Formats: sequence, C-alpha cells, structure tokens
Amino acid sequence: MSGVALAPGRSITASLEGMVLAYPDLLQFHRDPDYVAWAVPPTEEKVAVISGSGSGHEPLPVGYVGPGMLDAACPGRVFTSPSPVQLVAATRAVAQEAGAVYVVKNYAGGVMTAEMALDLLGDEAIPVRTVLVNDDVAIPDPARRRGLGAAVLASKIAGAAAQAGLPLDQVADLAERMVQNTRSLGVATDACTLARAGIREPLPPDQVEWGVGIHGEPGQVRPLPKDPVLLLEEMAEALRADLELRPGEPLLLMLSSLGGTPQAELYWAFRHLHRTLQAMGLSIARHLVGTFITCLGRGGWIATLARMDGQLLELWDAPVHTPVLHW
Amino acid sequence: MGQQNGQAGNGQAISVEQIRRWLLAYAHRIIEQEEYLTALDADIGDADHGTNMRRGLEKVKERLEDPDCPCNSVGSLLRSVAMTLISAVGGAAGPLYGTFFLRAATSCNNSPAITPAQFAAMLRQGLEGVKQRGKAHLDDKTMVDSIQPAVEALEAAIGQHKDLRQALHEAAEAARRGMEHTAEIPARKGRASYLGPRSIGHQDPGATSAYYLFETAAQVLATPAHRRESPSRHR
Repeated sequence: MSGVALAPGRSITASLEGMVLAYPDLLQFHRDPDYVAWAVPPTEEKVAVISGSGSGHEPLPVGYVGPGMLDAACPGRVFTSPSPVQLVAATRAVAQEAGAVYVVKNYAGGVMTAEMALDLLGDEAIPVRTVLVNDDVAIPDPARRRGLGAAVLASKIAGAAAQAGLPLDQVADLAERMVQNTRSLGVATDACTLARAGIREPLPPDQVEWGVGIHGEPGQVRPLPKDPVLLLEEMAEALRADLELRPGEPLLLMLSSLGGTPQAELYWAFRHLHRTLQAMGLSIARHLVGTFITCLGRGGWIATLARMDGQLLELWDAPVHTPVLHW
Repeated sequence: MGQQNGQAGNGQAISVEQIRRWLLAYAHRIIEQEEYLTALDADIGDADHGTNMRRGLEKVKERLEDPDCPCNSVGSLLRSVAMTLISAVGGAAGPLYGTFFLRAATSCNNSPAITPAQFAAMLRQGLEGVKQRGKAHLDDKTMVDSIQPAVEALEAAIGQHKDLRQALHEAAEAARRGMEHTAEIPARKGRASYLGPRSIGHQDPGATSAYYLFETAAQVLATPAHRRESPSRHR
C-alpha cells in the first residue's frame, strides 16, 4: 500500500528526480519553478503542448512528456494543482511564437491555475489556447464533469498535431474534438489513501465505489454483484450510453489501473469490458491496458472509451516517444 | 496619542506598518491552524488546504519579515504578498488568495496609509476578484461566505461612522457567522461539490482560512498605528 512517502500536499520532488533518473534521455527536471520538459528541446518551430496536474496520478502528467506528446508538464504537490508560476515558467521555456495549448483537467484548482497563468503572461507574445478535459460520466452535468482518461488522449492528439506542424487553433480544436468524443468512469475496489487521515473508512470487500474521482472524491458505494463481471458490463453500458455510440464506429478503449490493482485483475477487467463492447456490436479499433492515470495506490479501474474518426486515428497512430507511450 | 489621527470617528488612518503586522498575524494564525484546516478539508475535500496554506503563509511571513520587503505603500505590500502566494500555493487556494490580494492592491494608491473607508474598498475589490476567479456566489460554501458578509458589515459600520475598532469587530463577527453557516449548506463549488448534500454538516476549510483574515484584522488593526508594542524590525 502507498502512503510511506506520499500524501496530499506532500512534496513530489524526490519522486520526480527518480523519474527523470529513470528516463535521462527523455526528460529534464527544471527547478524553481518546477516543470519537466524534453531532455533535448525540439529543433523545429511548433505549437507547444503543456499540462499541469496535481501529483498522485502517475504516470500522468510527467510520463507523457516527450516528442509527439507533451512539451512540458508542471506537476503540483500530491492532489494539488501546480502554482500558476510553474505554468508560466514552462510556457516561457518551451513555447514560441507558434503558441501553446494547455491541457487542463476540469477541477476548480487546475482551471484557476491556468487562468491565473494567462493573466501573469499578460501581453507577452505567446498565444495560448486552453483545452478543458471533462469526460467523467459519473457527474451528470457536463460542465461539472471531472477530467479523467481523456487527459491522456487529448495530450496525445494535441502532441501529434503539433508535431505535424499544424497551427495553434487546429491543434487545440483537434484536442477538443478528442475530449468531446471521450467518456470515462472510475470504479474503486478499496479506499483511497488520504493525508493525515491515513486511509479513509475502508471499503468492505463485498462493496465497490462507483464513479470515483482521482483525488479520493467519493463515489457511490454499491454492493459488489455476485458475478463481478456484471460490474464491467455496467461500466461498458454507462460509457456507451453517454457517448450514444452506434455499431461500426471505430473506438479507442483505454483501461487504467487506479494504481493498486493487480495486473491479473486489470486484464480480467479488460477482457470483460472488451467482450461486452463487442457484444454490443461496437468495434475496438485501438486499445491500451495498463497504468495511465491513477489515484495514488487505490484499487480499481478507470475505463475510457472514445469515438475515433480517420483523422483522430491517424494522430493517435503518429510516432510518440515518452516514458509511457512509445511507438 | 492621536498625533496623526486628527479626524473624528473612523477617520483614523491605517498605516502600511499596521497592514504588515496584520498580515504577519494572519500568517501566524494559518501556520498554527494547519492541522485544523487540513482536518476540515479531509472531511469534504482532498485534505491539502492546511498544508497548502501553511506553506504559502510561511513564505509570506519570511517576506514580511525581510528588511527588503516593499513597505513604502499599502499597494506594493499587498502585491508582494499576492505574488508570494501565487508562487508558493498550488490548488485553488493559490489563485484565489493571490487574486484577493492582487485585486486589493490595485485599489490602493501608493500612499503609506489608508483610511478605514479605503480599507473596506480594498477588501471589496479583493472579494470581487475572488468571486470572479472562482465563479462563486454567496452560499456556494466557499471563502466568499465569510469574506462577503465581513466586507458588507465593514462597509455598513464605516458608513454609520462607527470607530474602526467597532467596525472591525463587526466585520470579524460577520465573517465568523458566515464561516459557521457553511456547515449548514451543501457545497456547490470545488471538490466538496461532488459530495452534494453529503457535504452538509462540515464547515468549509476555505471559509475558515478566510475568516482568520478578519479575526486577525480585528485584533491587530484596531491598535492605533503609532503605538508600537514591538521594537522596530529595522535595527
């Protein structure tokens, strides 16, 4: 179980140093204000893609820094969005006249941080477009939906579009299109490790929490169905229904561990999700299974389903070279 | 006494040195209340408000105790506090408190002292900045719930020519009531809002940290400017 070194509000510096140590050819850690950028800066002029995020969601955001994806990531402390000054420093360092796209998950802190960074940049000649990520179907009101797996997808699409030399507005529009066509749902199988409180009220083994966020925001506690496969079927249906999918549309399915789920259980869940979607007549054109966006060491999954089109698939397939995604 | 405050009623001025002492007192209050603020946040948020604010206010304290701190005008002092908070505090609290002090600073001219009416106008600007930044209104269960009643009480008291001590006392009381009221309502902003009605019964951590602004103002600013209890920091 996590919690030895990390808790909400704690410093993430040593962890970041470790990550950069693990990927010295890809990442460089700039201090005070903190941000992580490419070890070797790009030579060509292009739009920069930047994402700030609280920590505790590893490998997001730093694991997605590299050619074809993020130009810089600004990690805040655990579960705390970074300071606007970090975003400003990263923007000045990696963005040029072509401008920058901020990929911002829809949380009060993250949104305000990005707005404040833009205020601080003021009339500097760096155009910035903010792409708001709000894909969590657990929240009925789309305006209040939290950002989950679509942050990974939008960063990939924006990074590929920027790498292809597209101008700022097109890069941002494509990332927004990716977000609009993506839905996620988090289901937890144990409690979230939290702060001074240590571990929150443990979740009994016969219960799950439906619709959790990635900061321990509580979901709805439900009994675990006698046949746990029903849980995955229900997740698939929730995503399908919200996206109003029709058979034949090419889909991308990403299944992420919340951080504490054994691999065997992750692949078990993937099999049932995949089967359920196929049984609905839907075709999974691309898939990812692994650890992509987490809530410290929580047990459970975030399932992310996206409706793709020819251009989005092309951008998804474009080369990427980051610690987590590389092809 | 009274050598510089000849005006009647609440016409007494608040010096930049008093503002500095008020913000120092605020910093001390936040630092000592870290655990309490974090406990409130653990109930309905993500348990980082105390740590986050303590880290920021420790930097503010360092800044205010630094002989190079820009203490020649209220505006420059507030701007310096704002930039320190923006740099050191993440989450929503950094941009919100940063905006509060930044907007408050813009309403002050470069004078080394302000009138109580100017002090109220300054806090009003800060409040409007926070509401704009957080897109929050009264009764959303946020820091607005303690700041807005306090600013309104201060404006009313000054409008009625009450003396500064009384006006600040009424503002602090209004802030306290507003803070306590947040326990009775569901959150409509921030991470606690995902709890919906389950957030009722828990006092908002942001409203609590904002209350301390008015609590410490009542304690510190009611003391006349010329009565220096502590030796000057410029030795």
